[in-house]
Amino acid sequence: MNGSLHLWLIPLLPFAGFLLNGILGRKLPKALVTAIALLMPLGSFAIVLSASRGFLGIGPPLASVPHIESLDYPWINAGLFHVDFSFVLDQLSLVMLLIITGVGLLIHIYSVGYMEHEDGSWRYFAYLNLFLFFMTVLVLAGNALLMFVGWEGVGLASYLLIGFWFQKTSAADAGKKAFVVNRIGDFGFLIGMFLLLANFGTLTFSDIAATLSANPAWTGGVLTATALCLFVGATGKSAQLPLYVWLPDAMEGPTPVSALIHAATMVTAGVYMIARTHFLFDRSPYALGVVAIIGAATALFAATIGLVQTDIKRVLAYSTVSQLGYMFLGCGVAAYSAAIFHLMTHSFFKALLFLAAGSVIHGMGGEQDMRKMGGLRERMPVTYWTMTAAVLAIAGFPFFSAFFSKDAILYAAFVSGGIGKVLWFVGLVTAALTSFYMFRLWYLTFWGELRSHEAHPHESPWSMTGPLAILAVLSVVGGWIGFGGNLGPFGRFLAPTLGVHNTEAGAAGLEWGMSALAVLAGAIGWYVAHRFYSQPSESATKLATSFAGPYNLLVHKYYVDEIYSFLFVKPVLALSRFFLEWVVDVAILGGLAWLLGGIAMLCGAILQRWQSGNLRSYAAWLALGAAALLLFVLLPWTLLLAGIGIHVGMVTHQ
Amino acid sequence: MNSNYAQLLQQDVPLTWYLLLSAVLFCLGIVGFLIKRNLITVFMSIELMLNAVNLSFVTFAHQWHAVKGQIFVFFVMMVAAAEAAVGLAIIIAVFRARATLAVDRIDLMKL
Repeated sequence: MNGSLHLWLIPLLPFAGFLLNGILGRKLPKALVTAIALLMPLGSFAIVLSASRGFLGIGPPLASVPHIESLDYPWINAGLFHVDFSFVLDQLSLVMLLIITGVGLLIHIYSVGYMEHEDGSWRYFAYLNLFLFFMTVLVLAGNALLMFVGWEGVGLASYLLIGFWFQKTSAADAGKKAFVVNRIGDFGFLIGMFLLLANFGTLTFSDIAATLSANPAWTGGVLTATALCLFVGATGKSAQLPLYVWLPDAMEGPTPVSALIHAATMVTAGVYMIARTHFLFDRSPYALGVVAIIGAATALFAATIGLVQTDIKRVLAYSTVSQLGYMFLGCGVAAYSAAIFHLMTHSFFKALLFLAAGSVIHGMGGEQDMRKMGGLRERMPVTYWTMTAAVLAIAGFPFFSAFFSKDAILYAAFVSGGIGKVLWFVGLVTAALTSFYMFRLWYLTFWGELRSHEAHPHESPWSMTGPLAILAVLSVVGGWIGFGGNLGPFGRFLAPTLGVHNTEAGAAGLEWGMSALAVLAGAIGWYVAHRFYSQPSESATKLATSFAGPYNLLVHKYYVDEIYSFLFVKPVLALSRFFLEWVVDVAILGGLAWLLGGIAMLCGAILQRWQSGNLRSYAAWLALGAAALLLFVLLPWTLLLAGIGIHVGMVTHQ
Repeated sequence: MNSNYAQLLQQDVPLTWYLLLSAVLFCLGIVGFLIKRNLITVFMSIELMLNAVNLSFVTFAHQWHAVKGQIFVFFVMMVAAAEAAVGLAIIIAVFRARATLAVDRIDLMKL
């Protein structure tokens, strides 16, 4: 059978949910809004599941992989340039779709409990469904332009959701910041697309891959430029150096949004984009090196900031930036499967961390400062245990999910040669830092005594704890599908799209050794956190005061926001203010008004001399004029002129 | 001599004389319009110009044996009558308001 998988339904169901809730939601009863918002992602998830049967060998096998479905009509048809509405389902997009719709569905369910007391939840759910629509378009897109549509769309949904509480200035500003910073990245993406178009004449991924495999000698040069431009786009969306600044601020949005968009799915779009265009990066060692270095640097940089943050969500935000750095490190050493593997496990445990943090915030009545929490493990047992699973997972505790995925990336970096060993060491240090700040968060939140007297923590409703439990299970066992040589079943599954990398037969001993080192790094992080934070003590404060310089640098996030503000924001604002006030307002608009007025007044000054108001002078002019006309008509001009020797060619009728 | 005079009487008045008379009347009207200060006199000068034109219309109509010119004269007289009615009414209104008919004084609309 040539069975269509009805891929178009995957994005369009959430879009229908967006339209229904967005247009009618205000008038619909709350239960109906919730039902619509939940059923649409559920439908998408069901379709993705049924589509995945063909890939897993359970259902009817697919006629071809990748499975392509496109609209009969072209989207753009201009000369030699063709773009179709085509959706491509292969192993890579299937993994992404499972994550997006699966985790997305869980977070939708969680949101029902979290947003229960919120006004305008119809708006929230409409945006959330809109996000799913664009994200699935991004992942399914068969060409760069359609991907860009999804890319921009998720940016829009992110903006809307960060600024969901738009009455708060900080939330509105954070949304704006995210949007503007993403524009810079999108500029790189656009230039990359232009370069693709100029050199390949097409934006369809499969065509570009075919052209490249037909020209095996083509490396570097313009490919490096294209890859780097695309990577600029990825740094914007995936919050890498130097464009990461928007993600920590994006925590102004509701916590489930932070979990879904700013941890599990949207911010991984850059990693997905690089994996999708990996054939391009494979041809440019230089671009790959840049990706790896930026990734490792971001991982370390964000982890150090995360060490000293006191807002529970900000710790997680910097942790997200740091983990995304790992994924880019994986991409940069051409271990795309490992990067996607870490993307998947990260989406489990980071969504879980955020949702658990949301549950804590919910229970604490909106408090986000960890210094006011503590002792929550008896009052919120489900949240405590699921959070523990997530913390162990991200810290790389043996046989939890990130143990497998992070080690795969570190191992790939180690064996990649060149500066690989340096990158590996940076990754290892980051692993220790990660473990430290996560256990710090865990101790501060759940251990000791409650340090706030206003809060009355209570466990969250089942609609919130249910998703927590499912994600906890996934965080614990999710890594096992990547167990074995070359990432085990997961690596084999992705091999047709992403290829097999770092095939090192007989290197198992080395790999286990590296894992042991990574676990050791995690254990050190845990031990330090345990020393400082398991009991209430002044030792952490003492350390902070004795190293006041570095500590202040970290607390102020390396002053990056201030530097950007000084270097870019203020000059641009001053320039645009200058243009608005002086060039546009004074010079153009004011000048135009003065010019028009001046012309009118000049004309008036000349013409008003005729308007003496003296009736008789008007009449005299009239009479004189009439007399002059008469003279002109009656005088025999031709004869007169001929008299002084001028001949006028005048036709006279005799 | 006598017969010459009688002959002269029997002859038609030449066309040129009528036209000259018309031109003279018209110029009188213009001059009157330009130099007179009293609004009524100005008004009468306008009437004079109209009738000067009427005269030349009739002259040409007689010369060319065309009745159109005479019909035109009726039109002009009709318009002149209507104009006189409206104009005199305005003059009376102006006089009531300003107690003067000197055209130079009626200059409220001037800047």
